Amino acid sequence: MYQYTDFDRQFVRQRAAQYRDQLERYFAGKISDEEFRPLRLQNGWYVQRYAPMLRVAVPYGEISSAQLRVLAKIACEYDQPEAALLAQAQDRQEALGSVPVPGGAAVNTKLKTGYGHFTTRTNVQFNWIPLDKSADVMDLLASVGMHGIQTSGNCIRNITSDQLAGIAPDEVADPRPFCEILRQWSTAHPEFSFLPRKFKIAVNGAREDRAALAWYDVGLQLVRNAAGELGFKVLVGGGMGRTPTIATVVREFLPWDQMLNYLEAVIRVYNQYGRRDNAWKARIKILVKAEGQRYIDAVEAEFKAIVEHNGAAHTITQAELDRVSASFVAPVVAAASRKDAKVHEIVRAAAEADPEYDRWLQRNVLDHQQPQLRAVTLSFKRLGQAPGDATGDQLDLAADFADRFSSGEARVTHEQNLLLPWVHQDDLPELWHAARKAGLARSNIGLLTDMITCPGGDFCALANARSIPVSEAIMQRYEDLDELHDLGDIRLNISGCINSCGHHHAGHIGILGVDKDGKEWYQVTLGGSDGTDLSGPATPGKVVGPSFSAAEVPEVIEAVLDTYRQVRAGDGERAETFIATLRRVGIEPFKAAANAARFTAREVA
Amino acid sequence: MEQTLKILAAQEAANEDALRVVQLANDADPLTLDLEGVDRVELNFPKFSDGRAFSQAYLLRRRMGFVGDLRATGDVLIDQLVQMQRAGFSSAVLRADKDVGDAQRQFERFGRFYQGDAVTTSPRFAGAA
Repeated sequence: MYQYTDFDRQFVRQRAAQYRDQLERYFAGKISDEEFRPLRLQNGWYVQRYAPMLRVAVPYGEISSAQLRVLAKIACEYDQPEAALLAQAQDRQEALGSVPVPGGAAVNTKLKTGYGHFTTRTNVQFNWIPLDKSADVMDLLASVGMHGIQTSGNCIRNITSDQLAGIAPDEVADPRPFCEILRQWSTAHPEFSFLPRKFKIAVNGAREDRAALAWYDVGLQLVRNAAGELGFKVLVGGGMGRTPTIATVVREFLPWDQMLNYLEAVIRVYNQYGRRDNAWKARIKILVKAEGQRYIDAVEAEFKAIVEHNGAAHTITQAELDRVSASFVAPVVAAASRKDAKVHEIVRAAAEADPEYDRWLQRNVLDHQQPQLRAVTLSFKRLGQAPGDATGDQLDLAADFADRFSSGEARVTHEQNLLLPWVHQDDLPELWHAARKAGLARSNIGLLTDMITCPGGDFCALANARSIPVSEAIMQRYEDLDELHDLGDIRLNISGCINSCGHHHAGHIGILGVDKDGKEWYQVTLGGSDGTDLSGPATPGKVVGPSFSAAEVPEVIEAVLDTYRQVRAGDGERAETFIATLRRVGIEPFKAAANAARFTAREVA
Repeated sequence: MEQTLKILAAQEAANEDALRVVQLANDADPLTLDLEGVDRVELNFPKFSDGRAFSQAYLLRRRMGFVGDLRATGDVLIDQLVQMQRAGFSSAVLRADKDVGDAQRQFERFGRFYQGDAVTTSPRFAGAA
């Protein structure tokens, strides 16, 4: 992990002090709500449906055990609303009604407190911290080099990458040093803190795109040119929201040391010419689509001027790359020391006798650059807890696992789980036992119930509909692991509104909350892709028809999946995946099945 | 960091002697501006959250080499002053209801930033090397 220097630590503390100063002036009435808004947002503080929400940055997903413990402390001590507020919120959410589970009971909102929530952009959110304690929380975060800097607002947001960065066998180069250099460059940038709209950058260092590059404002793909030199393929203008757009390649090869100079040009042109009259048309994707080649020409001209006229001030020096890279040298990992070899043998034998262990090895354990190591995903997708939620106790346990099995490091994943990046293969049985005891060993990674789900209408002020009860209903219906494994790799993503925080556009099955006459409705899309090898080139899913009621959604999912089972080729381990089947036979049979699952249609029939 | 930005109250700005002043609209390209004989360029913030003038300021200073007074006007608040100085502004007219007493300590808080700007053109890493 990147090791903070004295300067880095001091900067975060100064930022926390600056926020306290702003908060005090706000409470003293010297700053209006409107003026305070971007200040708190650029420190990660939203005001949501019932309480403020804090978004803590986890730069490119890397987090230490010490940081996890501070998040646990915040969950336990600060993510605690007044009883009356919680009761009032619970009543209002319950009044929205329940989501029936096919063949089972119904699910309603059950608001929880005392937990953190992993997001698709590898941040961690808290939902119940009172605003008057916000400056104290920032100080606490700063004590372990954490913060909420630029996790919201119309600025350059937290940089994301592949959760296997620096450990993936298919890596071209480690993206993390570049992510860190970008993090530093974008922090409190004087020119780019009030852009037309938010600005998100993802960096991928592997051959497979696991960072959803084409969906980002800027996607940087590490590549080597014919001469073997390292550089980036640069994509600009991807994004979800109301206008799902796949990014345009603006440069096939940019030398690595020009990364900052080029981004300066990309963002300066956007800052000047991006639309500011309509928030829905303010993202860079709209500018790139509207201007096309003219935008690219303007960026290239600006880049040329930065280099030739302004001396290319932000050319990354080899010394700086070396300095930052030194933080990312792989730890030397030996199997955890064992007092008793006999005990290990018993644990191993017990694990290997359990078919669940085999499933866990298949789904939750990945190969590593170092042949004796593995990357292990702890599943935060299980009944009774919203996808990506981790209680204070679970965060503490995850910190212990990181210390015991993974050189003190974990990764927050894009799919809202935690990954342990440095696990020795001989420690897998012990880790499985420990994770199982903690309820974090469910072997559903990459399967239907490993859903991406935004907080939705239970928390978010922007949401049109709730996401969590829908995902809980689907999870209850597909609790059976045999069935789940038989269905195989499926990406199901749920967003509570068109802002698309749940990345529904990129799901093989996407569910989008929409508002009709003040009621919760859901649009279902099929065939979306994030750009991974499994899912194919990035593309938004296609809408199957008019939106469904909450009660219909689990039935629709069931109908779609039944259709898949009927028409897929092959069986067992060689079964064609859901997305491959959909691509082969086309959307029509799935669409027909989904629409036939409408309650009204059934009554007519 | 040292405060070099001159912060004016609205009344002070009104009482200044007339200079050769150009007001540049937010949607105008600063690179087309004729700066011959110009003492001051004023860049307006229609809303404090409209950041176009930061890029205009940077371009005027670093691309056009403008050395006269570069002034922020309009919705100028306390929490953007440091940023304005870094983007190349040399003076700012504070919105009338704001307390100039809250400004000074904003400059004192941060000694140095990561990236270069219109004033300190090199990033920290280049200076440290």
